[in-house]
Amino acid sequence: MFQFLQNLGKTTRSSFAKLGRASFFLSHTLTGISDVVPRPNLLIKQVYSVGVLSFLIITISGLFVGMVLGLQGFNILSDFGAEESLGVMVAASLVRELGPVVSALLFAGRAGSALTAEIGLMKATEQLSGMEMMAVDPIKRIISPRFLAGFLSMPLLAALFSAIGIMGGHVVGVGMLGVDDGAFWAQMQASIDFQEDIMNGILKSVVFGFVVSWIALFEGYDAIPTSEGVSRATTRTVVNSAFSVLALDFILTALMFGDI
Amino acid sequence: MQHSKTQDTLVGFFVASGVAALFYMALQVSNLGSYTGDDSYTVIAHFQNSGGLKVKSPVSVAGVRIGRVSAIRLDKDSHESIVEMRIESQYNNLPSDSGVSIYTAGLLGEQYVSLDPGSSDEYLKDKSTIDITSSAIVLEEMIGKFMLNKAEGK
Repeated sequence: MFQFLQNLGKTTRSSFAKLGRASFFLSHTLTGISDVVPRPNLLIKQVYSVGVLSFLIITISGLFVGMVLGLQGFNILSDFGAEESLGVMVAASLVRELGPVVSALLFAGRAGSALTAEIGLMKATEQLSGMEMMAVDPIKRIISPRFLAGFLSMPLLAALFSAIGIMGGHVVGVGMLGVDDGAFWAQMQASIDFQEDIMNGILKSVVFGFVVSWIALFEGYDAIPTSEGVSRATTRTVVNSAFSVLALDFILTALMFGDI
Repeated sequence: MQHSKTQDTLVGFFVASGVAALFYMALQVSNLGSYTGDDSYTVIAHFQNSGGLKVKSPVSVAGVRIGRVSAIRLDKDSHESIVEMRIESQYNNLPSDSGVSIYTAGLLGEQYVSLDPGSSDEYLKDKSTIDITSSAIVLEEMIGKFMLNKAEGK
């Protein structure tokens, strides 16, 4: 019993300590962003590895998600004779929810885990301490550009995901299942509001980009510098990012679309 | 630091395609493409019951959409529903004795305002009120009446 209480206290204290370290890390990273601006090359290199390399998985997943939505939506809507509303269904679910959320999950798996492993290995091979020896702040030089790149790439990836998903839904709905082309777009345009739906979706993806980049970089930076420590940190990145994205999505949806 | 041109190009392509996707959604998917701006005028109608009418429901003449409902509120004195409609200013020759009714698109569809043009020489202007109105048909009310009639008939 005593042992149990001791362990509970230890775990609680260490998780608060970790949160504190993460907050300091974030503020340090954010102040480092001003140093990235005069060196756009650092940023471009990171946008390449974070954004461009995620391009393919995002577009292909978006296409398939849109196509599945088209198929499933058609099956259900045709029971009510409302196949014409397929466009609304596909667009609303992609733009509001699936675009930001699924692309954030893919982003955490594709880019987040790579960031953690990269930073963790840099730490394990003492590259970060080496930089400190040369009076180069590793957070400003290594972390901030990666953070900014993730933060900027995420909304673009989510917009791509949604747009390609809608095209996929169009291909299946109009091309294969024979929904009227005009009704598909007209009902969509009548129901989807630019401010309410599209901008809120983009706002969600901005938040997700911020959180996923933060988690990925911090886990890497905070990893135990052994091969086992890095592998655990990578796992934690994916798990914590997925959890945070889904929980935040509920909160953001309640704030944006709910009447709570 | 080595720096490759292909990387620059690919990043440029990535950013451009992201922005293009956003524009595509703005114009093709949302209502921004059919946005008419402030080029419109407001007319007001009092209904006994505006039913399931919502803000942004369409206002149409002969099935052609000419505007949207911009506000619905309750008149505290007469307990009537005040519906404000923004009509696109290109339709500025609607007679002032026109009537409005609330209809439902299909049996379960959304409700819209239908405007039946009158024969007056004067036209509806900004802030003018339409006097001839007929309320929304509430399905439950009709079913209730029908059931009552049936019961009394027997």
